[in-house]
Amino acid sequence: MYSENGNDRGETLREIKEKVNRALRRNADGLSGGSTAPERDPGKPGPLWDSLRRDPGKPGPLWNSIRRLTASGKGSPHKGRGGGNPGAGGTGSTAKSRREKRVSWTFLSLSLAGVLLFFVLPFMVVIYYSLIDNPVRHRFVGLSNYGKVLSNSAFRLAAANTLKFSAVSVPLAVGLALLLAVVMEKRIPWKSRIRSFFLSPLMVPTASVIMIWQILFHYNGLVNVWLGRFGIDRIDWLKSSYAQVPIILLFIWKNLGYNMILFMAGLANIPRDQIEVARLESASEFQIFWLIKIRYLSSTILFVTIMSLINSFKVFREVYLMAGDYPYDALYMLQHFMNNTFRSLDYQKLSAAAVLMALFMIVVIGVLFVSEDRFGQDLE
Amino acid sequence: MVIRTVVTGSFAVLFLMPIILTITNSLMTVSEINANYGVIFARKNGVRVFISKTVNLKFIPDIVSFSQYFKVLFLSPEYLMKFWNSVIFVVPIVVFQLAVASLASYGFARYRGKVREVIFFSYIILMLMPYQVTLVPNYLVSSWLNIIDTRWAIWLPGIFSPFAVYMLTKYMRRIPRSIYEAAEIDGAGEWQIFTRICLPNCRGGLASIAILLFIDYWNMVEQPLILLSDEQMHPLSVFLSRIKTDEISLAFAVAVIYMVLPMLVFLYGEEYLVEGIVYQGGIKE
Repeated sequence: MYSENGNDRGETLREIKEKVNRALRRNADGLSGGSTAPERDPGKPGPLWDSLRRDPGKPGPLWNSIRRLTASGKGSPHKGRGGGNPGAGGTGSTAKSRREKRVSWTFLSLSLAGVLLFFVLPFMVVIYYSLIDNPVRHRFVGLSNYGKVLSNSAFRLAAANTLKFSAVSVPLAVGLALLLAVVMEKRIPWKSRIRSFFLSPLMVPTASVIMIWQILFHYNGLVNVWLGRFGIDRIDWLKSSYAQVPIILLFIWKNLGYNMILFMAGLANIPRDQIEVARLESASEFQIFWLIKIRYLSSTILFVTIMSLINSFKVFREVYLMAGDYPYDALYMLQHFMNNTFRSLDYQKLSAAAVLMALFMIVVIGVLFVSEDRFGQDLE
Repeated sequence: MVIRTVVTGSFAVLFLMPIILTITNSLMTVSEINANYGVIFARKNGVRVFISKTVNLKFIPDIVSFSQYFKVLFLSPEYLMKFWNSVIFVVPIVVFQLAVASLASYGFARYRGKVREVIFFSYIILMLMPYQVTLVPNYLVSSWLNIIDTRWAIWLPGIFSPFAVYMLTKYMRRIPRSIYEAAEIDGAGEWQIFTRICLPNCRGGLASIAILLFIDYWNMVEQPLILLSDEQMHPLSVFLSRIKTDEISLAFAVAVIYMVLPMLVFLYGEEYLVEGIVYQGGIKE
């Protein structure tokens, strides 16, 4: 279990949730024998179902994920309820708690002010700008700016390209990294050396290696020379429908090590005894991987997917360094669209596009959280 | 096991290849570079001397020469200026983001409450937003504060960016509560607990976060393109993309100079980097 809120008086959310769960389960089936622990019967409907049955006010699976993300990690040391403070769960410490609040907020204030000033407030204005016709007249036009952006051909091209890129590169980066981590878990000589090699692209600025990529993928470049030996026609890598291939390779080159480290840490965290038991039961390596390891890795997979997705949105960087401001159509990314809109300073278009992307990210991350929660919860 | 080792090993070497190639190519003479890569990088109106018909990727230079470095360091000051720009952007962001974040993280980690938890979660959401989203608000504030085209436009959003807060809070929440309580009993004030107990316990975390921040901002491209119209202020990352066709003979040396700093950080801080990555994933016990 992840750490629980140490200092709040009264029940923690987790406890409330468990009580609700238990009560619901008791109502749903009086048959289930082990009603003492909030364990989930694998055959029973998952947490998503639970959350549907739960009242809307109660914490749902998304909230769980929030808790998990904000928690410091499983079994954190200060799990105790206030430790040396015997009255923590009860009465009589209002002065103390007021002091604690004051301390917390004082320490937070600088960062909060900065975040509010540089991100939150201007984003509110961005939302406002996306709903008016222009910054001089301030007339509300409803969602028409969004309509304009969504029907803008440049935006559509950029969104489609970015999605296409993410759809290919994220699964590749996650899958390959997982594979690599599984192999690296085995006994291999020079393991830490090999790990460093895979990690080093992360440190190297993309701009430094871009020349090598040019040499490889230029029309007169090396890859075409190699292909030529097999009698394959030259491909204009950066100016054809293959244009995303070099960028995907660059992306994987850069991110594989990072993902691999995360998976290696996740694999190292799986309790050994489970795997030992499975071995004794003569489960194959493949079964152990799919039935045990993958389940324990689900939260890692989620995190790696989110990070890769976010990094895939940053791939403009690589494209810009390879192909500049006006690349071939297949490489025209959302950030290109934003840059070009910045140039004309069309605040309405910019704002609507930014809000759309923010919404998209929130939805995607939410979906990933909920699915991870559904997939990974029966382990706890 | 042999097959496994050979496959992983060769993949690892393949991953290292672009870096090695960049370094070895930086030691070639200008004429050698032109002879090898003239097909690719030569400008149409440039003088096409020493250009062969095919591209030729070479590992080991015919003559090891430092002429590229000599030119970059002593004859073309603009590269050093761009390098300096990169430093000027990165160092204050790393230092002050860590400073702001250590205060905030202490606020999040020392005592907890529901509102703070929700705020912390919104920090995480903000951290996950791509530049396409955050650059628009950043641009707006910068134009209100009249700091567009100045370094402040890059510094300020960088300093208040929530990444370090997220990471450091996770580190601080791992410090056992009993340590704080012991200090409290000994009569330490909150500020003393923060500076004497909490921060020294987070030294490893601070190093990890500093490395992650450093590589992120050292590599920055998006922000200067939008917030700085004056190319003289652009960092080397943006500038490198522009020189590669003009002065290819120098580009490799510049590229190496550009990656020396991160490579040094990597050599000395790899363990911190790995720990930072693992912490970011929140898996570490």
